[in-house]
Amino acid sequence: MLKKRLIPCLLLRNGQLVKSTRFNDFQIIGNPKVAVQFFNAWAVDEIIFLDISETKEYVSLSRNDYNYKTLDNIIEILKDIAKICFVPLTVGGGIKTLDQMDELFRNGADKVSVNTEAVYRPGFISEAANKFGNQAVVISIDVKKNDNKYEVFVNHGREPTGLDPIDWAKKVESLGAGEIFLTSIDRDGLLKGYDLELVKMITETVHIPVISCGGVGKWQDLVDGVKIGGVSAVSAANIFHFTEQSTRNAKKYMAEAGIDVRI
Amino acid sequence: MVLIIDYQMGNVGSVKNALDFLGVENKISNVLTDIKRATHLILPGVGSFGEGMKKLKKLGLIDTLKEEVVDNKKPFLGICLGMQLLAQNGEEGGLNSGLGWIDGRTKKFNINEKKFTIPHVGWDDIFINDKEESLFKGINSNVFYFAHSYIFEVKNSKNIAAFCEYGEKFCAVVKKDNILGTQFHPERSQKSGLKILENFLTAKLFS
Repeated sequence: MLKKRLIPCLLLRNGQLVKSTRFNDFQIIGNPKVAVQFFNAWAVDEIIFLDISETKEYVSLSRNDYNYKTLDNIIEILKDIAKICFVPLTVGGGIKTLDQMDELFRNGADKVSVNTEAVYRPGFISEAANKFGNQAVVISIDVKKNDNKYEVFVNHGREPTGLDPIDWAKKVESLGAGEIFLTSIDRDGLLKGYDLELVKMITETVHIPVISCGGVGKWQDLVDGVKIGGVSAVSAANIFHFTEQSTRNAKKYMAEAGIDVRI
Repeated sequence: MVLIIDYQMGNVGSVKNALDFLGVENKISNVLTDIKRATHLILPGVGSFGEGMKKLKKLGLIDTLKEEVVDNKKPFLGICLGMQLLAQNGEEGGLNSGLGWIDGRTKKFNINEKKFTIPHVGWDDIFINDKEESLFKGINSNVFYFAHSYIFEVKNSKNIAAFCEYGEKFCAVVKKDNILGTQFHPERSQKSGLKILENFLTAKLFS
């Protein structure tokens, strides 16, 4: 049977791995390659990399006490990570052209996630799906409650679009998206669990896999995402960074709750 | 030298990374002399059937590949789209003829899309038909990573070395003498996937 997936989401900001709260308050965690080495050994099913840099300045990752070379752009980081990563890798952040996607695929990405550009130019979703296949195109949808109504936001969660998440999810599906990566901006970093109402709304609307993200504070939240939210995959960022064997423990917990996962 | 055929369809890089990790000499190329010189050929691929065949034709690879694989029996592994292209024809992106080295056709999943999300993405169990098959020796798990919307409907069940089930049974590993194909991505299936690649490169496939 198709397994439910556990996918750590790594946020990169100017070359550094960060954690965030409500798409803000960034705290530097460290080197992305080290995180991938751990996750690769800890039975994660995929890894998602989102470059959330807003400037082109890259902080050098070389430190005198480590032997890491300087990685000064996302392609270099990706190339380096792809050498040790043998699970699928999704990369996103600031994707606007097919050429950008092509470069990511050539350097080790299996899927590319698109967000803001898809809203500005929905036809881009079809172009990408036609060129690279549906399975390679992940549409990220960031949602925030605005006046008690769910609304899609773009541009690092700052720009309201007026789009209703249900309508937008239907549209991206019809345009050829292979998966939806759904993040609740309100829950990001708050450790209160997924916004299950939102998650359920989307999984009941589309017939493509939905990955939920934003808010996981305990392993039970992952179980709820699957059992209540109905997602194909659960993702989280912050929670995986701070404990040893975290992803393995998360999967063990999910398996004990009766979810079919790859152990 | 193992040759990863570059026909501009998808992530040849991840296959190369896996072979590098295994310490196997390899090269990404679409030059005919490289295809002739190689000990093993790997055809990866992500994208549509029609587009894949178009690229192979455009690069002028089809005759040489047939010569090396079908006539000279060079070990060949097709991955995902690379496996589907082995069929006589495929219906993705209009009806197109394929390499035709294994009888069958590539068609869309014929399942209830309300119950089964398409594409079939993620880790799924495979069921091995021939336990003695050297390709599966020493794998520690039967769970592999899939990402596809189309399946290879193989005509002769003898050629189905393993199958998977997702609303319907479909071929997960196809095998005909020296020609192998996996619908899943061994290069993305962690330890078991790397083991399959290693087995393909070391096993005696033709006994």
